[in-house]
Amino acid sequence: MIAAIALAVGVVLGVILHPTVPVGLQPYLPIAVVAALDAVFGAIRAILDGIFDDKVFVVSFIANILVAALIVFLGDQLGVGSQLSTAVVVVLGIRIFSNAAAIRRHLFRA
Amino acid sequence: MTEEQQPRKSGLRLLIDAGRPRATRAQVIGALLCGLLGFALVTQVHSATGLGFTTARQSDLVDILDSLSSRSDQLRAQIAAEQTSLAKLTGGTDQTEAALEEAQQRAATLQILAGTAAATGPGIDLQITDPQHQVAADDLLEALEELRDAGAEAIQITGSAGAATGTTPTTGTTPTTGTTPAAGSVASAGATPTAAPGASGHVVRLVASSFFVDAPDRSGIVVDGVLLAPPYDIVAIGDPHTMSTAMGIPGGVLDTLTAKGARGTVITHDAVQVTALHQVPAPQYARPAPAASPAG
Repeated sequence: MIAAIALAVGVVLGVILHPTVPVGLQPYLPIAVVAALDAVFGAIRAILDGIFDDKVFVVSFIANILVAALIVFLGDQLGVGSQLSTAVVVVLGIRIFSNAAAIRRHLFRA
Repeated sequence: MTEEQQPRKSGLRLLIDAGRPRATRAQVIGALLCGLLGFALVTQVHSATGLGFTTARQSDLVDILDSLSSRSDQLRAQIAAEQTSLAKLTGGTDQTEAALEEAQQRAATLQILAGTAAATGPGIDLQITDPQHQVAADDLLEALEELRDAGAEAIQITGSAGAATGTTPTTGTTPTTGTTPAAGSVASAGATPTAAPGASGHVVRLVASSFFVDAPDRSGIVVDGVLLAPPYDIVAIGDPHTMSTAMGIPGGVLDTLTAKGARGTVITHDAVQVTALHQVPAPQYARPAPAASPAG
């Protein structure tokens, strides 16, 4: 509940403040967002599975973001930045989809 | 409680239970992270909407540039093809115009040869005075053939109106080159017809089908159905020197005329005009053959 409220507050803050993304962060922000989304969906699934753990969620959230950013950074250094970001997005998207499917099965038993 | 005994509660129930506010540190941190996620999400959405090339990667820019340049290459090739076809079409028009011009020139030439168009150019004026009416059709025919041999290209004959006109004049009756036989042999044949003897007579264009017949009463000569009485005036366009020489050869036209008591005078001109026209009836049976059109 608190998490949902915090999410809404973050959205509102973003709309109000309307910050500009620093140039150095621009390649990483979208990947980080997708990675965080993956962590959140994984957390919801874990809750429904009854194996949710706060610490795991926090660690996985931050680790996801860091690993995603690291991969993109490495890709940029290697000259395959766009391809690697695409790869990251694809992988995370698949995970989000599978998590969402698990959540759906839990909620609707279908 | 039942929750511990029933691990498989309904999903919604689980979610609500998990969302129950608890002031644990992990809960707070999770909320913080979720807030951060929402914030970053909105920020990214904002920055992603309406972003230009400033945020694009170098490789993306290179890709865009590549596609643009290949597209422009395509367009350039298309332009070249279109210009080629345009040049082809324009060239075709030019060819058509050239062919038309040539055809018009040929038509003008043929009109002069056929006697349906007026002509001008250097030539001679052969004046024949025949007070005793001794000049016969044969003599004029001979003169005509000599002129043709000498390269005359357009010829007309003028005669005073016959006394008895059995036939109507079929041609334009513009008397031309009524030059008085002046001493100077070279006189520009002006367009003003002076009142030479018989200048108001009939004019006949001499063409391939022209014929000469002696008038029954020896009053003159019928040329192409027009009765002409002396004096005669033959105007021919061609090389003046050649034609005057051809007239004056021993035993030639002038000698023959002299022998008959008539008198022929040749005057060369830098410019004479043959304005009499020959009426060409449209062929009744013959039609142009469609085969073998002359190549452009």
